[in-house]
Amino acid sequence: MLRIPCPFCGPRDETEFSYEGDASVTYPALDAPEEDWFEAVFLRDNPRGPHTELWHHANGCRAFLVVERDTLSHEIRSARLAHGPTREALE
Amino acid sequence: MQRYNLLSVICGGLTGQKHWQRVWGHPEPKPHYDVVIVGGGGHGLATAYYLAKEHKVRNVAVLEKGWLGGGNAGRNTTIVRSNYMIEGNTEFYEHSMKLWENLSHDLNYNVMFSQRAHVNLVFSPAQRDAMARRYNIMRLNGIDGEFWDRDTLRRRIPHLNHDHGRFPILGAYVQPRAGTARHDAVNWGYARAATALGVDIIQGCEVTGFIRKGGALTGVETSKGEILADRIGLAVAGSSSLMAHKAGLGKLPIESHVLQAYVSEPLKPVVDQVIVFGGVGHFYISQSDKGGLIFGGDLDHYNSYAQKGNLPVYEHVIAACMQVLPCLGRVRVLRQWAGLVDMSMDGSPFITKTEIPGLYLNAGWCYGGFKATPASGHTFAHTIARDAPHPANAGLTLSRYREGRQIDESGRGPVPKLH
Repeated sequence: MLRIPCPFCGPRDETEFSYEGDASVTYPALDAPEEDWFEAVFLRDNPRGPHTELWHHANGCRAFLVVERDTLSHEIRSARLAHGPTREALE
Repeated sequence: MQRYNLLSVICGGLTGQKHWQRVWGHPEPKPHYDVVIVGGGGHGLATAYYLAKEHKVRNVAVLEKGWLGGGNAGRNTTIVRSNYMIEGNTEFYEHSMKLWENLSHDLNYNVMFSQRAHVNLVFSPAQRDAMARRYNIMRLNGIDGEFWDRDTLRRRIPHLNHDHGRFPILGAYVQPRAGTARHDAVNWGYARAATALGVDIIQGCEVTGFIRKGGALTGVETSKGEILADRIGLAVAGSSSLMAHKAGLGKLPIESHVLQAYVSEPLKPVVDQVIVFGGVGHFYISQSDKGGLIFGGDLDHYNSYAQKGNLPVYEHVIAACMQVLPCLGRVRVLRQWAGLVDMSMDGSPFITKTEIPGLYLNAGWCYGGFKATPASGHTFAHTIARDAPHPANAGLTLSRYREGRQIDESGRGPVPKLH
């Protein structure tokens, strides 16, 4: 069982969260070349080791978190709010 | 190669079983091969076998970092089926099924392929309609499929929870030719048959890098030194992204996830078919010849290279088991394990040449790697030997994502954890 330290709720079980994938992906502008969209939608680094990823605290405070987790050891280094303004207000 | 037959069994029985020989060797790598296959799993070994057998390319090495059977070949739930609907998958998996049907004879090794039927339970009219569409399309494509109504299902599998209060079972869609095989035997059989044709299987040999000349790859750097090769095939599902980065392929449309499997204590025969509960939950179960119930369910749902699963999914799987087969409630689970799977962006694999000359890729197997083993090897060998795909893997390209031609069997979009 992963325990994810939600900034609002404290350490919570992974079963309260929904995994939303690689947080390092940034989506290009709508009129960006197809190649950029292809990369953002389909290609992933998929590292063995530290990974920045999105978790949605769906059965909790509903916030999206950016979590740094090791994909080999599952060690969680940090969890911050994904939404910039709220994060800045909180931190 | 020492042939296995009735006579050899009888002679062996009368001479104290002293006739058994090692079935594959432990050669040191040669400096050069025509083809080097990276990854000694089922797919890599099958590729080497078909290269040697069908394409007469016999100067072949299979490089395995660990040992044969230590990866996903030994970590799956042994189900073989070809109930696919989408072009690209149908012809490939049916090709695999046909190879399975003759595999034990072909390899002269009993892979214990048992066509005991794959029974997909349905719980709602909507699910029944969706499955009817799938199985009708299969039949039009020449793949067997049939519907078992409630009475038939009750007769065939009386101990299912037919009258579940909330989700009564409405029937099942069945592929009679589907079934199970002995997972280790598939690897051992391919390894033995490939060795007999002159293939070098080199265990404990990790590929750490690639040798380049111009834009092409001309060999691999390994923990046992440099090995030159005219062509290199990657069959390292689970770790495909890592090897692709090393080879200079860049990012792949893959996330590595963990898929768990479980086995119970051995029981007398109780599950005669492969029974699948999909939709509300996710659960599939069969029984090995040794008596253990082998079952599994969903992924752990987050990127992982851990080769061990987590408890929430375990709980889900057991809960699903109790919904459809409550008679197993007192059975004890003996072991639990997990394998790394390449979850691709459309749920389908790729067997293809790459943009790098000399490099061929076999990856993206999602849940489907074990049943694909014979066709994966067969078509990958064809792709490597002829530098062009076999008709059965012509659709399994890497470029399909760029071209907007995904083979998305479940229609879930580019979300690997959902496939």
